Amino acid sequence: MSETLLDVRDLRVEFPGPPAVRAVDGASFDIRAGEALGVVGESGSGKTMALRALVGLLPRSARLAGGTIVFEGMDLATASPEQLRAVRGRSISMIFQEPMTALNPVMRIGEQIGEGPLVRLGYGRRRARERALELMRLVGIPDPAERAEAYPHELSGGLRQRAMIAIALSMEPKLILCDEPTTALDVTIQDQILKLLLSLRERLDVSIVFVSHDLAVIAQTCQRVAVMYAGQVVETGPVEQVFREPRHPYTLSLLRSVPDVDNVRHQLTAIPGSPPDLADPPSGCRFHPRCPFVQPDCVAGAFPLRPLGPERATACIHPDAAAADVRREPVLAGG
Amino acid sequence: MAEPLLEVRGLSMQFTLRRGVVQRLRRKPQAVLRAVDGVDLELARGEALGLVGESGCGKSTLARCIVGLYVPTAGEVRYEGATLQAERDRATRRRIQMVFQDPYSSLNPRLTVRQTLSELLRAHSLVPKTQIEARCRELLDLVGLGPRALDAYPRQFSGGQRQRVSIARALALEPELLVADEPVSALDVSVQATVLNLLEELQAKLGLTLLLIAHNLAVVRHVCDRVAVMYLGRIVETAPTDELFVDARHPYTHGLIRAVPKLVAGRASQAPALFGDPPSPIRLPRGCRFHPRCPIAQRPLCADVDPPLEAGPGLAAHAAACHFAWTAKPAPHAPEVAAG
Repeated sequence: MSETLLDVRDLRVEFPGPPAVRAVDGASFDIRAGEALGVVGESGSGKTMALRALVGLLPRSARLAGGTIVFEGMDLATASPEQLRAVRGRSISMIFQEPMTALNPVMRIGEQIGEGPLVRLGYGRRRARERALELMRLVGIPDPAERAEAYPHELSGGLRQRAMIAIALSMEPKLILCDEPTTALDVTIQDQILKLLLSLRERLDVSIVFVSHDLAVIAQTCQRVAVMYAGQVVETGPVEQVFREPRHPYTLSLLRSVPDVDNVRHQLTAIPGSPPDLADPPSGCRFHPRCPFVQPDCVAGAFPLRPLGPERATACIHPDAAAADVRREPVLAGG
Repeated sequence: MAEPLLEVRGLSMQFTLRRGVVQRLRRKPQAVLRAVDGVDLELARGEALGLVGESGCGKSTLARCIVGLYVPTAGEVRYEGATLQAERDRATRRRIQMVFQDPYSSLNPRLTVRQTLSELLRAHSLVPKTQIEARCRELLDLVGLGPRALDAYPRQFSGGQRQRVSIARALALEPELLVADEPVSALDVSVQATVLNLLEELQAKLGLTLLLIAHNLAVVRHVCDRVAVMYLGRIVETAPTDELFVDARHPYTHGLIRAVPKLVAGRASQAPALFGDPPSPIRLPRGCRFHPRCPIAQRPLCADVDPPLEAGPGLAAHAAACHFAWTAKPAPHAPEVAAG
């Protein structure tokens, strides 16, 4: 097992009310050096807020209400704004969902990519430009010299996202946080961007946190996964194991509800009800009102992640229920 | 095949783009965006046809032409053998209904579900006045909503429930053809399944003909009997669903299927399934419109000659628009893409 790069414990993000909404309510996960961790959940599960909280990029109306975020020995949750600024964009960078709104519309692409090295690494103008061109080649932007002069609106969605990746790489970070980086893209462009991120991770030895609602995207890009539901992490483990043998009914239900191109089932199993209102979450296990295996002891108490062997953990107190259901009918096609 | 319910012949839809002042002064010609460019399509009664392609390929425009929201620039839409006019009468409009992508913007926020549904029933005189209430309840029951929903406004529903209301509204007119444009892509993952199951169930129960537009191939594979693949305003391949997924003949279809992320992590190749971006529909490539991105394109043939959509030898249901669809394919190569 490689060393832990970032360790998040009991993270809480709150939108002060009334009513107060706990968008993230006690989420714990860790990222190891050189790995890609997927954070999967539906909209409103708190995955984006958890990611933004890591680098102090919460919306103004939200606040970090608790928890520790330990990165290289420093707790980012209690770090001063200066300390945080030294880490953000430098050791930890971020890629957003919609590159059109994340890029500066009135600045040429090449300047945006070279800005970090110019301003923060003390590069000269010429060296910063060379670095920008080198990064553009690295992320597969054709004709870099020409594209460097373009404005974001002159590029296609795929090229814009490549430019975002180049910016994220420009400071040689140790960790890249990706918030649904391909959701706004077409499937063929998504495929290109995912494969680019995969190859960059291997070549540059960076760690990646990959937030997505798409289970298949996580399966293709990540080694480990953290499944979020209603502001909490409900299951963690190696992607293949978690998807093949889920030990939380939510993970299982989610897997059974999505159509898979490779595995045509007669009927998709929908999850009854809808995700809970975070201003007034259900008592006990937050999934219990929608859970097919709910037991009397699920409706009250605390449901933290409990280890299931060295690599896996689940918040479900009846993990055998999901296991038995998978034995009855496998979740994934093929052996 | 029996006479198709719906036939689209040579349909084209062009949009003339507005020029800015400078462009007008410079007498630049008006640019034309060819969203749909010569589409032939048939839908048999009771079948579920999936229409897939990347954004900007013209699939939504085609759907809107079929429903009558756009008047096509050329070509015709025939329904039960009769050509539909640009101005459709109420009875014709009733038979082809549409469900839109975004259930947040496609329902009137100031009408309750009862008002929305009963107005339709009255305007089309579908049931006697005394039975309107009963019919409204029946419609909600059909889409799995209780009678309590009748007096609610759209804002009181979740996304999945709103989409059910949209479907109930479309069904109120007892349509024969339901056109659903990305009906689940705005919904949460966990509720998509309920809407997809509902569409399948309704299709079986009411004998509906379904045209499902989606960018998600997994959704189409799950719901549809047959699939048509669009690229830059043309249909490039059409086949029965299972056949398409195992034996795609057009290199674009092949790439599209390979690009879909799978739940089982394969040690897939590092190379992307397709290179580059789709070209702009304002400047369509000469010859085969896929040739700049095609891994098996041959010059000069593919750059000069536009391949027609042709059925395979002995195959009535599987057609592809590629010079090499039904012959030995040339070896794949990395295409020289000028992306952008």
